[in-house]
Amino acid sequence: MAVVTHDRFVAEPVERSPSYWQTVLIRFRRDPVAMLAAAIVLALLLMAIFAPWIVPQDPYKGLSLRRLKPVGTDGFILGTDELGRDMLSRLIMGARLSLFMGVTPVFIALFLGGAIGVVAGYVGGWVNTILMRTIDVFFAFPSVLLAIALSGALGAGIANGLISLTIVFIPPIARVAESVTTGIRARDFVEAARASGAGALSIIRYHILGNVLGPIFVYAMSLIAVSMILASGLSFLGLGVKPPEPEWGLMLNTLRTAIYTQPLLCALPGLMIFITSIAFNMLTDGLRSAMDLKG
Amino acid sequence: MLLYLFKRLIYTIPIVLGVAVVCFVLVHIAPGSPLDSVLPPDASQDLKAQLMAIYGFDRSYPEQFLRWSGRALQGDLGTSVATSRPVTAEVTRAVGNTLMLAALATVIGFVLGAFLGFIAGTFRDTWIDKAASLVSVIGVSVPHYWLGMVLVIIFSATLGWLPPTGAGPGGSGDWTWEWAHVRHMILPAITMSVIPMGIIARTVRALVAEIMGQEFIAGLKAKGLTRIGIFGHVVKNVAPTALAVMGVQLGYLLGGSILIETVFAWPGTGLLLNSAIFQRDLPLLQGTILVLALFFVALNLAVDVLQTALDPRVERR
Repeated sequence: MAVVTHDRFVAEPVERSPSYWQTVLIRFRRDPVAMLAAAIVLALLLMAIFAPWIVPQDPYKGLSLRRLKPVGTDGFILGTDELGRDMLSRLIMGARLSLFMGVTPVFIALFLGGAIGVVAGYVGGWVNTILMRTIDVFFAFPSVLLAIALSGALGAGIANGLISLTIVFIPPIARVAESVTTGIRARDFVEAARASGAGALSIIRYHILGNVLGPIFVYAMSLIAVSMILASGLSFLGLGVKPPEPEWGLMLNTLRTAIYTQPLLCALPGLMIFITSIAFNMLTDGLRSAMDLKG
Repeated sequence: MLLYLFKRLIYTIPIVLGVAVVCFVLVHIAPGSPLDSVLPPDASQDLKAQLMAIYGFDRSYPEQFLRWSGRALQGDLGTSVATSRPVTAEVTRAVGNTLMLAALATVIGFVLGAFLGFIAGTFRDTWIDKAASLVSVIGVSVPHYWLGMVLVIIFSATLGWLPPTGAGPGGSGDWTWEWAHVRHMILPAITMSVIPMGIIARTVRALVAEIMGQEFIAGLKAKGLTRIGIFGHVVKNVAPTALAVMGVQLGYLLGGSILIETVFAWPGTGLLLNSAIFQRDLPLLQGTILVLALFFVALNLAVDVLQTALDPRVERR
């Protein structure tokens, strides 16, 4: 049987210059700090997803006999909390709610705020004025104050925490989306598309969104670190997540009474928040310089 | 300049009105009757209705809003449901304490941040830059309430150098600038200063790097100007923006002090807000938020105006 070789039919790949996103990826890979940050974020996400299967102990089961064991106790590597629950298991399980509470509001706000900003920027005129002046009012509140006041008024709970954080992040995202869209709209290719008879929706879809999503997305990414700190801060105050659910901010709050007896133990949940937020910040910085964005 | 000031003031009016509306709506979306927290569960309907009428909670929302904002214009923010004391007095006292703390924190943050930003921007892409940038990333990433706890663990629980909570003997009532009181301020102020430090360091670094790359710096170097002379030129260019960022940060700290004040039991607006939330004291909550937001608006206005006055390049529109 003759062996057919395909070699001669394989076209020599043409030297293509890498696309924008390929360049971004190449640049991102060359940045060791950004890669480390990405690895940490990935590890945290995997930890959150697989938490129920990797926890060494039941994170909800406490025993008053083994309350506040120090870090390094046999069987409880990171000690036990004020109700005798295994700290390591609670920290792992806590990744679920903490990340969920920190990341979700930013993504909902990215969607809503992005929509408001793109519409305001594209339509312009009085629509822009009404939308953006309303947004301006929310800028008169420092974000921490707005988040706490809102969830304080709505009451504790996961849903109320999510709602208040989402409302906090809509205005900044909308403002960025509006200014980027206004900038793009003035460019010649949008004028060309309009002149060739493209409708508003298809212009937004093909010409505006393609150029606007990148910067808005990176901006939203940079808010995740803030959102993590705020979300855990709400639970730390007694708003947001309610006991006995494991959440890092709430754990920090309930362990506050033990800072004189078990100082190291008390610092652990906050360390998790810190690691998460610094990883997201460095990831965003890496992404921003790889995409060659300013600011 | 006067015209600019006037325009800027006019522009602030709708914002202030919007802020008042948001404060009012925010507090009235709270579920349950506003008197739930102070009335015993078995209170008679008569008593309830009577109290609702005294506080004006029985009127329609628009009417309540007009009455509240009308009185607010005259400096009367109503009466606290929990303590029956006038809200204005409570808020004024607390604002003073928070302002003291936030101002000290902003100054610390500005000095450290400007220093870090300057050396990072001057020695760009060297290890000095990387180290300074790492410090500023840590500054913006650290959950400040946790940092506060860690500082308490180190300096109060372990070393016993500084007090963990409170504002000194006699509380905030007899505050004097003496060591017995000031020592209570050190830990919360350092904790608070971390955020503006990180942000100012980042801003200054970017500005310095940009200015150092401009042609007039090369020209000055060619002219034979010393490093210190060039430094003077850079400072002059960086200062207006850096100061503006500092002003806005002071506003953020005023409004965002609640977490830190809770950790250190500092008797400021944050602690007031905390008790207003958990005692469901709606008039107090509403008044505190309004005052803090108005402070923020006024500060932004002042920063804008000052920046325009200081920096001839900023367009006066």
